[in-house]
Parts: sequence; structure tokens; C-alpha cells
Amino acid sequence: MDQAESVSVLEEKYSRRTFIKGVIATGATASSAGYLFRGSPLLGAATYQTATERLITLNVNGQERRVDVLPHETLAMTLRYKLGLTGTKLGCDRAECGACTVLIDGVSQYGCSMLTHQVRGRSVATIEGLEDADTGELSVVQKAVMEEGGFQCAFCAPGFIMAMTEMIEVNPNPTREEARLALSGNLCRCADYDKILTCAMRAAELARSV
Amino acid sequence: MAERLVGADIAPPDLHAKITGRARYAEDFRAPGMVFAKLLLSPMPHARVRRVDASRALAMEGVIDILRADEVPSRDGPREACLTDTPRYEGEPILAVAAVDEETAAAAIEAIEIDFEPLPFVIDPLESLRPGGPNAYVDGNQFSGQDGWSDFKWTDTDFAKVDAGEMPDPSCPVEWTKGDPESAFAESALVLEETIVHQSLTHHPMEPRSNMAYWEGETLHAFVSTQSSQQTKFALAGALQIDPENINLVSEYCGGGFGSKIAGTTVMQIPALFSRKINRPVMLRITRYEENYVGRARPGFQTWLKMGFLQDGKCNAIDLIIVQESGPYGAGDFNTAGMIADLTYTPQNMRFRGVSMYTNTPPKAAQRGPGGAQIISMMEPILEKAGRELGVDRFEIHRMNAPRGDVQFGPRNATLTSVHAVEALDQGREMFDWDAKLAISGKRNGSKVTGVGIGLSPYTAGSRGRDGMMIIRPDGKLYVHQGIGNLGTHSIADTARPAAELLGYNWEDVEIVWGNSARAYPRSTVQAGSQTTTAHTRANHAAATDALRKIREVAAAALGGSASSYSVDSGRVSGPGGTMTLGRIAERAIAMGGEYSGEVLPDDVHAQTVPAAQILAGEGLMGIARDNYGGEGNIYSWVAGFAMVELDEETGVVELKEYVGVTDCGTVIHPRSLGAQVFGGSIQGMGMAMTQRWVFDPQWGVPFANRFYTARPPGFLDIPADLKWGAVGIPDPQDPVGAKGIGEPPVGAGAAALTSAIADAMGGRCVCRTPLTPDVLLAEIEGRPMYGRLEQHVG
Ligand code: FES
Ligand code: FES
Repeated sequence: MDQAESVSVLEEKYSRRTFIKGVIATGATASSAGYLFRGSPLLGAATYQTATERLITLNVNGQERRVDVLPHETLAMTLRYKLGLTGTKLGCDRAECGACTVLIDGVSQYGCSMLTHQVRGRSVATIEGLEDADTGELSVVQKAVMEEGGFQCAFCAPGFIMAMTEMIEVNPNPTREEARLALSGNLCRCADYDKILTCAMRAAELARSV
Repeated sequence: MAERLVGADIAPPDLHAKITGRARYAEDFRAPGMVFAKLLLSPMPHARVRRVDASRALAMEGVIDILRADEVPSRDGPREACLTDTPRYEGEPILAVAAVDEETAAAAIEAIEIDFEPLPFVIDPLESLRPGGPNAYVDGNQFSGQDGWSDFKWTDTDFAKVDAGEMPDPSCPVEWTKGDPESAFAESALVLEETIVHQSLTHHPMEPRSNMAYWEGETLHAFVSTQSSQQTKFALAGALQIDPENINLVSEYCGGGFGSKIAGTTVMQIPALFSRKINRPVMLRITRYEENYVGRARPGFQTWLKMGFLQDGKCNAIDLIIVQESGPYGAGDFNTAGMIADLTYTPQNMRFRGVSMYTNTPPKAAQRGPGGAQIISMMEPILEKAGRELGVDRFEIHRMNAPRGDVQFGPRNATLTSVHAVEALDQGREMFDWDAKLAISGKRNGSKVTGVGIGLSPYTAGSRGRDGMMIIRPDGKLYVHQGIGNLGTHSIADTARPAAELLGYNWEDVEIVWGNSARAYPRSTVQAGSQTTTAHTRANHAAATDALRKIREVAAAALGGSASSYSVDSGRVSGPGGTMTLGRIAERAIAMGGEYSGEVLPDDVHAQTVPAAQILAGEGLMGIARDNYGGEGNIYSWVAGFAMVELDEETGVVELKEYVGVTDCGTVIHPRSLGAQVFGGSIQGMGMAMTQRWVFDPQWGVPFANRFYTARPPGFLDIPADLKWGAVGIPDPQDPVGAKGIGEPPVGAGAAALTSAIADAMGGRCVCRTPLTPDVLLAEIEGRPMYGRLEQHVG
């Protein structure tokens, strides 16, 4: 499957409309207050039984993880509250900021706006998975950020770094303008954009030299 | 020789954690048995809770308990409690419910029956000033600790002028005059009179103020998002009326605050009190939507400005009236705005009048450059307009009016430690190539017109008299204990650099200790008002000076010779008697005890420092001191911003093409981080001037612009592709390090460079309103202004 095709397939599968339909079908709260976290092990499992299978296997950062997921649970919530992967941040919980960006089969997606059930059988990559699992060596993007001293408060950093990770795959030799476009789905409230862009360019450069 | 630390680009020590997902922000902490709280927010801007029936909610499976307003510390007068039965803005938290998960808590909130008595409310402060107009509180619209509530109104005569579009002559609670404005205006060659509206706007840091708490016996463990750290602990203790030593405050990372989380203790009280009540850890996740309500906002201004100029362009008189939209709990921006107008334009003759009006809108708080950013963004285009009308070059009119070193400003003739605004302007002129840019100002390309403008913006940038504390342990490393917060400015690391350099340390041997109050901190500033860089480079410098003296004395005692003949470099101390590692020195200091190991402390350190020092005493050689360097005058930094824009006259869309920001902030400690502050602040200012809306339904008092997409901060595609920064780099002569803060001043510079450049693209016409959204600009271009001159909360 070439890149363009995979993107369009994913877009169709994971569009916000699909997401909302998924949420509505399962009868969960889709209020303006953002999506909520449900699924405490402290609650009797029987209460929320639905037709959807709950115990599923996810491939996260190259590992198979068994996890109990409610039908309307978002991927960001599963990562943060079920799998202990709190590197994925929630800035808005509603597809406005990109703090929750993760890669699904290498394509950047907002983790707050996908249902966990949508990613069954796909590979999910989060910020925690970028380092070499054995050596702890940082990914080229992380190295570039270290070199350039990227980010201020860095609450946006995991999302941006995932978006950069995708960018250097899709466009290994970007201009600054192209990099800016590639990262425009992510918001940095500290407005560290200039440095972030420098990191992205350096990351691409490092990736090319590998 | 140890490396130079001041002036070098060194990534902060926490960056690795930040980019690997290891950094833990407040919502990343977990505790066994943790439950979730959810808030019931007021659906009305002003009301009284008549009746609450939570029986259905409490009967739901998984619901644990409810927390009501009568269980939290109450506050008299216009002061904020964390929960209230008399909400004063739509979105104010009324009560909280805890449940085993968040969705159950939210469902329980829905199941609560609650009955409100609606009360009159005020959204636009001018309405509350009108004779017979409504008030934000039942008891009035002005409050003083001494006299309580009163009902403050302007007269019919004042409003006859207001309604006729003229400058009124009202009485105001705050008034000051210096010089003789009336005679000065009579001598002015040009007098400009303008009515200007500046919107309020939400801070919206990237990380909402989620937080978690639990108790262990008498000890509260609070995992919070706050700009400050040690001072937040004291503020939270005060709010909860408990002993500060019984709080373990964990604030390792803060995802931005911009003034909204200086302490930020209001929301923190809820999990603290709730967890004590139910004896379980409580997580309160604040959503972006809730952040809009409880997350603070910059107060808006409705302003009348009269500015007089001599023939050569010198401003010789200012008459300024500000009505401030202060929300239910007040703010001080307008006072600062008056001072900054006097400082930036040096009129010598000025009258200032201001009134802070309570309104039933989300609470206000300092937002990066509070008061200064608004007034600079409003006045700089008017200054440029004067330049145009008098035939004076616009750069020159900024330059001639900017203060020199002998400036005295405000009603009490305040002075500055140093000011190099003129140098910042000169350097910016060159970097931006102002003269060449001026030649293309007004140039058309199809429907697009080029405009260029300048914004010169000062702000306070320092304070004095804090304590520094550091310890050299037997491992030879220097541990600098930093009670300031870690909100992305890198100051936890950068303010330690001059001290480490003084002690001859290489950076790899310096450990920064921060973020968890159990780790012991000296008396620190709140991380606000750009004071940290100055306050804590000084305090750490003082502590390092103390450490250096002790190192030399210990070395002389061990090796012989006079203490003053010993010097330090790269972890060793050397002199006539030989050389020793600082690790060995630390061991000897422990053995010597007394002041060397911190068992005996200087008399003048703050009471908050003492218990912290006692924790560390005996563990190494301690450097500890109060900053007694002194100094006269206020510490201010400056940014001169230069912007080039293209305004599309068919769509009203403004595209930023170039921006240059040059700062006068004294010694440059960390160039890359300084550049990031100049750009970050400037871009926030551009968002304030252009995109961040604040819109209310006047009938129901309900905000419409309450998320990122409706009150949008600038994104990647909004900022100029071509950004440059510079620094004058002249050290402040009254400071041992010479560094001044930088957080605040760029906001006004970015905003004003933009408002000035947009006015330029419109042939010199000032819209006199922010935000300058495309619809507002288009309406102006087409000569059908959308709003009344003083209308607030509309765009
Ligand atoms: S948290 Fe997902 S886009 Fe903001
Ligand atoms: S660095 Fe703070 S939001 Fe990006």
C-alpha cells in the first residue's frame, strides 16, 4: 500500500465523524466537556457489558499488551490510564491541539480522538517507544531536540516529536516551509515554533546521514 | 579552566525527561485507590443555589461522595472560594462529586438536582458604571477592606459624553496627575484623541490545571501544576489553613502558566479537601473547556486616550482613562498600564484615571505583561499616527520618546536601574532594515498591501532580597536547591549558572534540585513578573560567594596559607599549600561543622529558609546567603519589536511576513532560551492582537469563545516564517550578575508591532480595537465598522 493510499484509508477509518459515530453508538458521553475516562477496575465489570469484546490485544511500541477496553474509550485514555504510558498528553481532549499525537501504522493521529477499538491489529507508537529498547539510545528526532534545546514547558513536546517522527519518514528532505506545514496540526502555547522548526530540520538532517 | 557557563547554550537538565515521556506533569501521577472528581459548574453568570438534591447521584454505583461549598474555606468580600453557592460567573465550580472513575462522576453530576435563583449580572463594565446600571455583586460594585461594599457610578453628564463619542471627565477610584497636563495640551502642536477597546483573553496554558492529592496522616501530598513551587506550598497551606510543613508539594513540571498559575491554589484545594474527606487519593482532571472558566484571563480595557505632541514629535502630555473588566475577583492591570504609558512616552505631563469594575465573567489574573501588554498594544499605533501627521519618521518618534537613564515615571517618580530601550530600537532598526522596509510600506500586490510597524514594550524584570542555598557534597558535585518553579523558562537551571561559574564548576558536575518540597528550598520568589532571573541569579550568586569563602577557609585550614590565596577551578581548590578536590573539602566541612556544613546559619536568612537548611545541614559544604546586594530603582527590561505584514483587503486576512525582536535585558545567560522567550512572548502578543477572541452572549452572560478553536492561540501557520531576535547585552550596573528578566516585555512588543503594522497597511488608520480579526478589519476597510466604539466582549 503506498503512502497516499494508506493515508486516505486511515482518514476514512479514523475521521472525526467515524469517531463520533462510534462514541454515539456505544452510548457514551460525547459532551463539550471532552471525553471522559471510564473503566475503573473498582466498578463491577458487569455494569458496562456490551456486545463489543472488551479484553483486547494492542500492539504498542512493539509489544503486545492485553487490556480491558470499554467500547467508547479513547486511545489516549487507554494509554494514559490503562497502560501507564503518560507521555501522551491531553491538551484539549478534542482534536484541537495535537498534544496527544501518536503514530498508528506510522501515521500521526490524535490519540484523544480515536477509539482504542479502532487500533486493534495496528501498531501504535508513542513517545515512550522512540528510544532503543535495549540501549536507551534516543531516536534521531529526540537527538535533534536535545541538540537544539527544543521546547519550553514541553507539554506539547511528545505530540510534536511524534509528528516529526512521521514527517522525516514521509518527507526526508523538507524545506522549512514544508516542515511547518507538516507540523501545523500541533499547537505550542509557549510558541516555541522557531526552535521546534529548527529541531525538525535537524532531525531530517540526522535521519539522512544515518 | 572550567567552561564558561554564562552566555552558553546549554540544554536544561530536564530536557531528556521531557522528550522521552518520563517527565511527570500533575496528571501523570497515580496513587493506589485513586478516584476521580468532577465539578458541577454554574450554568448562570450570577446566582444563588437554593436547593441541592444529590440523593440520586449518591445512590449511583461507583459514586463515593459529594463536596459542597460549606465544607471548603469560605472567603469574604470579592474573594474566591474553590466551591461556592453564590456563583459569580458562568462556569464557577459549585460542588464536586467523586467516583471510582471520571465518567461515573460526570454521570453523577448530571443526576444532581439543583435549583438556582438567578441574580442580576454584568458583563460589560461600562453598564455597571451607568447610573442605575446593574452590579456584579448584590451589595455593590466596589469594595474596600475598610468600608466594605459601595455602589460606584459615573454621572449622566459623563455618559452623555461617552455616548456622544467624546472623552468624559469622570471621577475614578484611582487618579494621579503629574506636571500640568492641561497647559501642556494647550502647547501641543498635535492632540490625538482616541477611544480604544482591548479584549479580555484566556491564558490557556497547554496543560490544564489538573491535579491530584492524598493524605498520609497529617501530611498532604499534592501533585499540582504551578508556576512557582516553594511559594505555592505556602499559598496552599494558607488557603487550607494548615501548617506548610505538613504539605509535600510535587511540582516537577508545569505545562505553562503565563500568570494563570503563579500559585494557582484555588482549584488545588478541591482534591486536597475531598481526599481528606473520603480518605482516598483524588484526581481532578480539568478539561480544556473547564480551563476556559477556571483558568484565568487577562482583563480587558475600555480606554479614552488623549495624547499631545510637540512639533518635533515629542509627546508632551497624556490623559488616560481606563475602565477595566475585572471579573468577579479583581485584577491590578490598569494601574500598571498607567505607569507604563508614562514610562514609555515620557510626557512629563500626565493625568491617569482608572477604575476596576467587577463583572460576572471568568476570573482575571496577571497574564504575561499584565497591563503593559494591553496599553502598549493600544498606544503604539497612536504614536505612529502622530508621526505620520507631524511628518516625523515613525522610527524616530519611537526613539525620541523612549526613556533615557534618568527617566522618572508614575505618580511617585519611580526610577530605573538601567534602561537601553534606545539601543534596542537602534539594533532592531538595523536587523529589520527599517529604512528599506519603509520604502515598501503601502506597496500593493493585487489585493494585498504591505505594512510595517514598531512596538516598544517595557516590563518589570526583577526583584531583590531572596535567599540562595547550595551544597557541595562529598561526591564533589554542586547541588543547587531551587525553590522556583519549572514552567518552561529554564530558569531553574539558568539562574544557577553564574553561581556555578563563580565556583569554577563544569556544568556536568552541577545538579539542580527542584520540584518536590521534601527536598528543601531557600526562600524563593513566586515565579511571576519576570523577576526570577534577577532575583535568583543574585540569590545564588550570594550563596556561591558564601560557599567560595568557606571552601577557601577549609582549604587553608587543611593545607596551610591564607584563605584568600586559594582559588577554585573544575572541582578543585588550589593554593600555596597544594590542591584538594571539592569532594574532600566537603568531607572536611562536615567534620568542621558549624557554618561550614550549615549547622549554623546566617542571621539574616528568611524564616522559610531555616527549616530547609536544617534538612541539609551536615551533608556537605553549604553555601547559604540572603541577597544583600541592594540596589536603587525598579528593574525593567525592554523589547523593541518590528513587524512586516501583508493585509489582504478583499478578505481582511493579515499575513505576518517578518518579525524582529531586540531586547534590553542585561547580561545574556542562555542565548537560545532568551531567543525563545523573545519569540514566544512576541507570538503570544500577536495572538492577543489578532486571534484570541473573547465573546459573550450579552443576554445570558455566557461565553462563546471558550476553546482553542474559538479563542485560538497562534499556530505554526500564523507566525512569521522569518523571525530574528537580538539582545543589547549591556549588564545592569546595579547587579552582581547584570541579568534582568525577559518573560513579560515581548508580549507588548509583538502585539504592538502588529497593531502598528496593520494600521500602516491601512494607510495609517487605527482600528483601535483588538483582536483584529479578519471580519473586523474587513468591516473597517469597507467603512462599515462592526461594533460600537466602546463595545466589549464582541470580537
Ligand atoms: S488532546 Fe488530542 S488534539 Fe488536543
Ligand atoms: S513548549 Fe509549552 S506548549 Fe509547547
